[in-house]
Amino acid sequence: MSTGTLTGTTVTSSAAPRASKGPRRRTARRVLAAIATTVLLVIVAYPLIWLVLGSFKSQDEFLNNSVFALPESWSLDNYATAWTEGNLGTYIRNSVVAVFPSLALTIVLGVAAAFALQVMVWRGRNVVLFLFLAGIMVPAQMILLPLFTIYVRTGLTGTLWPLIITYTAIGLPLTVFMIATYFRGVPREIFEAAALDGAGALRTFLTIGFPLIRNAIFTVALVQFFFIWNDLLIALTFTSRDDLRTIQVGLLNFTGQFGQVQYGPTFAAISLNVLGTLAIYLVLNQRVMKGLTAGSVKG
Amino acid sequence: MNRVLGDRRAIVVLLGPALVLYSLVMLVPVVWSFGYTAFEGNAISGFHFVGLDNFRELVSDPKAHEALWFTVRFALVLTVVQVGAGYALALFYVFVLRRRSGLVRTLVFFPVVIPTVAVALLFQQLFEVAPRTGPVNQLLELVGLSPVDWFSAGGTSFVVLLLMETWRSMGFYAVLLYAGLIDIPEEMIESARLDGASWLALVRHIVVPLSLPVLLASLVFSINGTLKVFDSVVALTSGGPGSTTTPLTLYMFQTSFAYGQYGYGSTIALLLSVLCLLVTLVIFRSARRDATEA
Repeated sequence: MSTGTLTGTTVTSSAAPRASKGPRRRTARRVLAAIATTVLLVIVAYPLIWLVLGSFKSQDEFLNNSVFALPESWSLDNYATAWTEGNLGTYIRNSVVAVFPSLALTIVLGVAAAFALQVMVWRGRNVVLFLFLAGIMVPAQMILLPLFTIYVRTGLTGTLWPLIITYTAIGLPLTVFMIATYFRGVPREIFEAAALDGAGALRTFLTIGFPLIRNAIFTVALVQFFFIWNDLLIALTFTSRDDLRTIQVGLLNFTGQFGQVQYGPTFAAISLNVLGTLAIYLVLNQRVMKGLTAGSVKG
Repeated sequence: MNRVLGDRRAIVVLLGPALVLYSLVMLVPVVWSFGYTAFEGNAISGFHFVGLDNFRELVSDPKAHEALWFTVRFALVLTVVQVGAGYALALFYVFVLRRRSGLVRTLVFFPVVIPTVAVALLFQQLFEVAPRTGPVNQLLELVGLSPVDWFSAGGTSFVVLLLMETWRSMGFYAVLLYAGLIDIPEEMIESARLDGASWLALVRHIVVPLSLPVLLASLVFSINGTLKVFDSVVALTSGGPGSTTTPLTLYMFQTSFAYGQYGYGSTIALLLSVLCLLVTLVIFRSARRDATEA
């Protein structure tokens, strides 16, 4: 009883002075936080806003108006020029044709392998798992030259196959690693019960394992999509012909195509590349953030 | 039950395709590339055996030294800057914005997913000086400074590279470190605060030690990623002016594909791989020592 009163008095006595000076300090803190947040968001967003505004400006506006000026009109001419004269349509098509098959292959092969390595029981699985993980650290430069030699010898260089094959193989270590981690989180009893009920291993994988981590698979696929779609090195090495270039390689060579820098179409081309990713990101931002931070081992 | 989950045929069916593809496209080429280091020539002109000549060349090649030095400098400075910026942001999210940080986190993260080539071309325009003055130089003029020709010297190009990479990646490290920070029990911080700990003491003695594992993970990611830097350099400066911003990755690419020296290119790639491996081992080892001391 007496201790109760004691703590009661100390609380009120210490709370009283705090209450008198609290609100002002809190407001000051809030204003500071608001200013810091605004500065941060301007740093992040301004370059992108400036980019998109630029995609609407004419060459004349670029050379004569202030860089901070708004575009005089909002026509899509620059986008049309980028699409047709800049071959952007072809580049995007090539990217789609190279990225989605490799994405599907990486996921199917990787998830199956992760199941065999994490859920199934056999000697030597840790060695194989380690072999896959070692691939995360190997710089792509280490495999470029042998692959280039093989692709030239087999005549694959005139197609998009080198990209599909290389992306799939490079994506496997991270996919196996991440999916195996998800399988580790599933209670073993579920798989054992399925086995007891008479399901074979393949059936257990297809009807139990795969659906159980469906969401995880989607997240991993999203991460791999960003890695492959944004790749420059592999695409630069294995696409010798202009009509096979992916969007990133095409963009890299974009300014050169017009001779003197055509600012409008260049800005439009960059904007298209950015806006596409922005759309995916805005819809799926929670998953992208979670997936990328979980799968960041690839660096 | 163990018979089912140990079914050899099922293991072969599930693991086989991935293992075969991975071995053929990653493992075999790594060994093959290692073999290339003893040869000179390329796929078109043919190869001849030169023994250790490529390694001797690597030791005496001033351009290789320059590339190695750039790579190491870039990796160290950028790691400190981007993880530092990410940590500052994460602390800002946790202690200042608290529950309201969701939208800010989402927006600051966005540059992480933008293709590097697009970011690099954007930054080229932002820092442009001629034929047109870009926003950055306009701002410099506005505050009474003279505009800088950023891409005309190695030092200033390095600065733009750093700024760009930090802009691109700080949101990523912020989210990663934020995840580590919110795991710290609130009572711990609250009780330290009641004991009269200053903000600085709080960060130094409680927040940093408790977020050390995720901080170390960030360092490993960052160093590994920055040692392999390629896209941003190629798209922003293409290694120039001269070869002042050429990392090992780009130097390897140039020797192999521009000069057709596969053997020497592979030797540079090997140096890069060893570098990545060493750094990872060193950080993991120091992390383990820290864990046992704690």
